[in-house]
Amino acid sequence: MIMFDMPIIDTELCNGCGLCLTVCECGALVITDSVVTIHETYECGYCTECEAVCPTGAIQCPYEIIIEDSFEQTLEQGFQ
Amino acid sequence: MAIDVDLLRGNPYFAGLGEADLEAVAQRMFEQSVERGDMILMEEDPSEAIYFVVSGAVKVFKTSIEGKEQILCLLRTGESFNDVPILDGGPNVASAIAMTPVVLYGMTRTDMEELLRENPTIAMNVIRVLSRKVRHFVSMVEDLSFRDVTSRVAKLLLDYATDHGGPEEGGQRPRLTQQEMAAMVGTAREVVGRSLKVLEEEGAIRMDRHRIVVTNRRALQQKGGVA
Ligand code: SF4
Ligand code: SF4
Repeated sequence: MIMFDMPIIDTELCNGCGLCLTVCECGALVITDSVVTIHETYECGYCTECEAVCPTGAIQCPYEIIIEDSFEQTLEQGFQ
Repeated sequence: MAIDVDLLRGNPYFAGLGEADLEAVAQRMFEQSVERGDMILMEEDPSEAIYFVVSGAVKVFKTSIEGKEQILCLLRTGESFNDVPILDGGPNVASAIAMTPVVLYGMTRTDMEELLRENPTIAMNVIRVLSRKVRHFVSMVEDLSFRDVTSRVAKLLLDYATDHGGPEEGGQRPRLTQQEMAAMVGTAREVVGRSLKVLEEEGAIRMDRHRIVVTNRRALQQKGGVA
């Protein structure tokens, strides 16, 4: 199973061109049977370059957007 | 290595050419291989040649005096770069770096000029390719100068942000790719990348691997015009 914190590959869209592999230094991307699969690795720094170069839009590097501002800021917010 | 005429055939520069013309083009081309991370062109350097990407990916970008990078485009197989200096004789307008191992076909300015004089089909093709590029860059200029993309990205992040203390299980938090953010604020992925960097530099957010952490909600609200 692919964890949420790795890029996601749509194997239907992947044409096996291998461009993503050449841009990636972490070794997470592997071509098997002309289709890319992704392996979990802490080495992946989520640079999103694989997503940027993929010509078919088969790779997605989605972001979670979370709020983590300081307690003071939250308080201040509350009194506005 | 010999130039592959089939690869030229599929290139917009050489569309509609017969075998003899394609051969004439191939005769004038040279092949160049570069490693990932190699600089192919430096902005402002004198220009030697036009390049066509045979394989791999090339990033074309400009760097500001403060060292900030603005990506102009990412190019893949079949696309050309450094067209303008070859035609107007000026220096390189942007830098180009290999994002992957890259194979290029190149043609010097003198050869390109000769070819254009000899072959009106190629000249028309060049006009078409350049017009398409002008459209791309005009809309990018519009995004970067007239529309405040950063404030729209800020607003989008606020709309999509969920509290850190929210439910972890199931991973139901909305997640967005840079491509989706670009589509939502009506700009290019490259411009979103830059906006995220600006917001991070201003201390409103922190890029934490697959998370965009809002570290200062007020700053983000001010930026997004919702304060
Ligand atoms: S770049 Fe895209 S299409 Fe090419 S191998 Fe990678 S995922 Fe597949
Ligand atoms: S995000 Fe970067 S490091 Fe991670 S798999 Fe893609 S290219 Fe490799």
